[in-house]
Order: sequence, then C-alpha cells, then structure tokens
Amino acid sequence: MAKAGDKSSSSGKKSLKRKAAAEELQEAAGAGDVATESGVQPPKAAAFPPGFSISEIKNKERRHLMFTRWKQQQRKEKLAAKKKLKKEREALGDKAPPKPVPKTIDNQRVYDETTVDPNDEEVAYDEATDEFASYFNKQTSPKILITTSDRPHGRTVRLCEQLSTVIPNSHVYYRRGLALKKIIPQCIARDFTDLIVINEDRKTPNGLILSHLPGPTAHFMSSVRLRKEIKRRGKDPTEHIPEIILNNFTTRLGHSIGRMFASLFPHNPQFIGRQVATFHNQRDYIFFRFHRYIFRSEKKVGIQELGPRFTLKLRSLQKGTFDSKYGEYEWVHKPREMDTSRRKFHL
Amino acid sequence: MAAAAARWNHVWVGTETGILKGVNLQRKQAANFTAGGQPRREEAVSALCWGTGGETQILVGCADRTVKHFSTEDGIFQGQRHCPGGEGTFRGLAQADGTLITCVDSGILRVWHDKDKDTSSDPLLELRVGPGVCRMRQDPAHPHVVATGGKENALKIWDLQGSEEPVFRAKNVRNDWLDLRVPIWDQDIQFLPGSQKLVTCTGYHQVRVYDPASPQRRPVLETTYGEYPLTAMTLTPGGNSVIVGNTHGQLAEIDLRQGRLLGCLKGLAGSVRGLQCHPSKPLLASCGLDRVLRIHRIQNPRGLEHKVYLKSQLNCLLLSGRDNWEDEPQEPQEPNKVPLEDTETDELWASLEAAAKRKLSDLEQTQGALQTRRRKKKRPGSTSP
Repeated sequence: MAKAGDKSSSSGKKSLKRKAAAEELQEAAGAGDVATESGVQPPKAAAFPPGFSISEIKNKERRHLMFTRWKQQQRKEKLAAKKKLKKEREALGDKAPPKPVPKTIDNQRVYDETTVDPNDEEVAYDEATDEFASYFNKQTSPKILITTSDRPHGRTVRLCEQLSTVIPNSHVYYRRGLALKKIIPQCIARDFTDLIVINEDRKTPNGLILSHLPGPTAHFMSSVRLRKEIKRRGKDPTEHIPEIILNNFTTRLGHSIGRMFASLFPHNPQFIGRQVATFHNQRDYIFFRFHRYIFRSEKKVGIQELGPRFTLKLRSLQKGTFDSKYGEYEWVHKPREMDTSRRKFHL
Repeated sequence: MAAAAARWNHVWVGTETGILKGVNLQRKQAANFTAGGQPRREEAVSALCWGTGGETQILVGCADRTVKHFSTEDGIFQGQRHCPGGEGTFRGLAQADGTLITCVDSGILRVWHDKDKDTSSDPLLELRVGPGVCRMRQDPAHPHVVATGGKENALKIWDLQGSEEPVFRAKNVRNDWLDLRVPIWDQDIQFLPGSQKLVTCTGYHQVRVYDPASPQRRPVLETTYGEYPLTAMTLTPGGNSVIVGNTHGQLAEIDLRQGRLLGCLKGLAGSVRGLQCHPSKPLLASCGLDRVLRIHRIQNPRGLEHKVYLKSQLNCLLLSGRDNWEDEPQEPQEPNKVPLEDTETDELWASLEAAAKRKLSDLEQTQGALQTRRRKKKRPGSTSP
C-alpha cells in the first residue's frame, strides 16, 4: 500500500526526492512499529540515510530522473571541493604542498625483472658476442633486401618504395612466387645482411618480417600510413644517411629488438642531411617516424615529417633465419598468458 | 661464500655464454661459475651430467669439445679434458664406472678413461652411431647401456660391453595415408624405469614408446602434441607420464598408458631447451631461450612455483634429486654456533645445584638429540665435541 502511494505521488521534479525520502521514513517507521509488535528491535539505521538505492526503482523514467539528480549533486559537490582546494592553495602560496602526480599506465608499469642494467657485465658480454656484434664493431655495413608477399597491391608496393628511400643501401625486389627459404641462401651468398618482408592482406600491408641474415628473425604486426597521406609533410627525403633514435627499449628483449633496428642503418649519419628516423617504443608498440629537423636557435627546433609512418607490434622473435615451422623461438607473444595485466609490458 | 654455498644449490644451469649457474631456490640466489673467469661463447655448455660420488661433481660438456669437472662442494672447476674426434657439439654425456661416455653431433660415440683428468688419452671404445645425432642417453639402471637418436637417425640401443652392433635398432613407422615415408627426427630419449621400454619425442611433434622386449621393432605407442617440434622431455615421478616441451614454449604432460594429454603448463615464452623432474617431489624445472629458469609444480595444484631470470640463454639444466629441500639455510650456520653453546652451557649447568638437574637433563637430551640428528645428516663419521 505504501508502495502504491509512492507511485501515485511521483510526478514532480525537485520535490520527488524529498517526498520519496519522507515516505521512506514513514515506511521505515511503519516497519519499525510492526517489528516492535513482533518483538524485534526497530532498525534505527534505516531511518536516515535511507536504505534503498536508486537501482531498486522499477520504473525506468523515474529511475533515470533520480539518477540524473544524483549525478548533478555529485558534480556540484566535486566542483565545490575543487574550488575549495584551489583557494587553499592560493592562500598558502609558496608553502602549498606539490600537486599530486596523476597515475598513468606508464607510471604504474609493473617492474620487469629483465630490465637491463647498464653496468651488467653478463648482458654486456652477451651483447658483445651476439649476431649483431659484427655490425656494432663496424666490420660489416648493412645491405638490405626489401620484398613483399606474393602479388602485392598498390599500397604495399608504394610502401616498399618509400621504405627504400628511408633506409640507405636497400634494394626492392618483387617476389614472383619464390619461397623465402630459397631466397635466404641466395641473399647470404650475395652479401645481404638483412631481409625485410612486408606481408599484405586485403590490399593493405599488415605485417613485417625483419630477418638479420645469419641470426634472429622478428615478426611484427603493423599499421601503415603512406607519404601522401601525411598532412603538412616536407619534400621527399634526400640520399643522406639519417640519424637514428631508439626510445624506451629497456628490457632484454627490447634491447635485442633495438639492436636489430639499429643494424639496419649505416654507422655514419650524415648530419648535413638533417634527417632522423625514430623508433619509439611505448607500451609494447613501436612507432616509426621519419623527420627532417632544423635548429632555429639553441633551444628551438622545427621538424617536418617526411616519409611513411607506421606502428609495429612484436609477435615473435626467432633464433635462426626465417623458419616458422621448425625454427626455435626466443620469444613468442601469447595473448592469453602475457596480456593478463594492463600494466605489464615486455619490450 | 659463494663457494661454500654452492653445495646447497638446487638447480645447475648451463648457458650459451659458457657460464655454469647455480641457483638456490630457498635463498633465491643465483651464482655464476666460469672456468676461466671470463665467459666465452666458444665454451657454450651443451651437456651437463652428474659425476661420480652422488651429486658432488658435475661434468660440463662445452662446445669446444672439452669436458670440465666441477665440484659442487668447493664451487670451482677442478679440471678439464679435451675429447677430440668427430664434428659438432656434445649431444650426450654420461659417466659409468670411472669411464666417460661422450657422443658428438656427427655420430662418434667414445668411451674415455676418467682417471687422467687433464691429459687426453685415446678412447677406450669408439662407435659410429650415424650422422645427425640429437641425443644420447644412458640407462640409469644399466650404466653400460646407451641409446642414441637423431635427425634421419633411427633410435638405436648400444651395449658398451657387448658387440659393436646395436642391441636394438628401431624401425620406422608405416607410410602415412598418402603412402609417403614418415621422416625421422628423434630429439630426446628417456628410459622408462622398471622395464626395458624407451620413450622418444620427435621434431615432428610425436611421442613414441618403444619396447625392445617385444618382437616388433616399430613403436608400441605413438601420440602427437601440438604443431611445433618437441625439443625436450622428462619423466614424472609416477612413471606413467612424460612432460614434453616444444619450440614455442608449450609444456604438456602426456600419459603413456593411453597416450592422452593430461594437462599443460603455462609460462614459458621461448623454446624449451632443458627439462627435468624431481625424482620424488612433484616439481619440474624448465629452462629455455627466453633466459628464465622456471620451477613448476605438476600436481595439486598445477602451477608455477619459482621463476628466476638468468641473463643468458639457457641450454641445459641439472636438478638435484635430494629430498631435504627446505633445511638448507640453517645447516651452514649450526656447526659454528652449537659447539660454543655446548661448552658454555655445560659449565653453567655443572655449577648449578642439584635442584636444576631436571632442566639440565631435558636440555641436554634435546641438544643431544639435535646434535645427533644433525651429525647423522652431515658428518656420519665425526664424534661429538
């Protein structure tokens, strides 16, 4: 009966809440009376604040109304609290406590035990004698073969051409139905150091296999934006050798991948060209950008983006050359095991 | 300190940079041991096995064809010997009655005299097993029986005290449903205890059981797991199942009575290079190319127990089979402290009156009990101080 009364009286806007509260009080009082008759202690806490929640109202329009009112009230309270805090900070002036740093996923990253310590001897020895050692000791200079999966479409072909302008000393060859395992011995015989294969799916490039020829092979998933699609870009890159920036490759796996990217470019960057290629790793995604920079003064730089822009995500790192069936994997991305925490990254 | 604590290490791991690592899971420490002081990639450890005298000595087989002796008691490399002959790295290392058995990749199996640790003498026995050997394993029940297998090299069992011909030569399975020959690639072999049977895992993701006692030379049981080559295998304490690992880091337990999959273990991200189960406890140690040593619990509940990041790529491991896993940290301290306490308390109690004798007897009994227990564990021959 009390419930029927509630429904009939619900029509207004502001008064509804107070009426509802009043009726709840009456209900609670009634219930309390009944309870005393039966011999149980009256529930005093049910009187104020009311024990009901907005989600228990069955009528959708009324529930929505109550919710919007509650939300408005919350917003008011929050604004008032902010103003109060601001006033306090101004009042204190210099003595105010520093602003708290907001939490971001990058801030909260779970500490990875494989993070490389720069002073670590064992890792330093491992890196000094791995397959990239001959590049880093300046014994070999890179020569790269860029190719695609079979029968590439327009976007992929243009991406290959643009990549070959970005990476010096690279050659593009079309794949006419040749098996990769047969290409690889021929590449090694002709002194190529790296092989890049761009995989295509439904007329867009979607994967990249980067294979250092005697050594590791990395397989990436990617997304691409071609040169003509980049707004406000500069003119085409020149033949100068670019500088390279590798950002944020902290773990042991990240180090290996970073070294792989570094071994694509020759050692001697020509600063006259003022071009720079950046591989920036954030949250396990590697962003590739190619810019031309100019220093207007000591601290001001102007940059122009040239060249293709793409994003890579590592799927697997294999120890030998490309052999997906019988090769040994050094690292494989397993989504169900590795992606369980939003704050854990591997690169 | 590291040398003294070396005997308590639970797992010994060999790496690609030539470093032998001892890991103590109780104290969660890992220690590096190198023969020459500096790691060298030419000395990449390819085989590990226990030496003579229980688990006090480790034989380390390196890529430059030397076998080094490492003492776990002292924590140092004691000597090495060069084992020439054949090409490739060691695929199997075993020790039997004072002799050393080695097998290399190109198929030369040699038995060496173990007494001269530094000089390289001629081998006592040499067998040609066939090229492309992937594993040589010694039968733990019969130390003179070894089994070898590899890529296009069928499983063969050799008796080193017998003739030059293999005791058992396995036959390939029948042609498959397209009438094509099934290729052979035996990656790992294990002898099943209690019978003459052998289990092998292949690079074509098959697990096979052979029985030399039965008239058929073909495998008695064959199952497959996954799509990637199986690289390592170990037997579980029950003896009815094996755990296999493949190049993608997937570990699976397969029952040998029916040939079905019992369960999988998660965690590894790289190719599995070494696997070993504890002989009595349900623990499994695994190491691989992702540079992490993991200890899993196999039963109730199945899951990861310990994970240790070791900075180099791990090639092979040895798990100590001893039972007193947890008592380790206390033992090195007690022998120093207890004798001092004993003398002091003895004098103290002797000077007290008879009324305190009940306490004295109790304490002495408990101390004596502790002492004897410790003495029994550690030094059975020594007398009380």
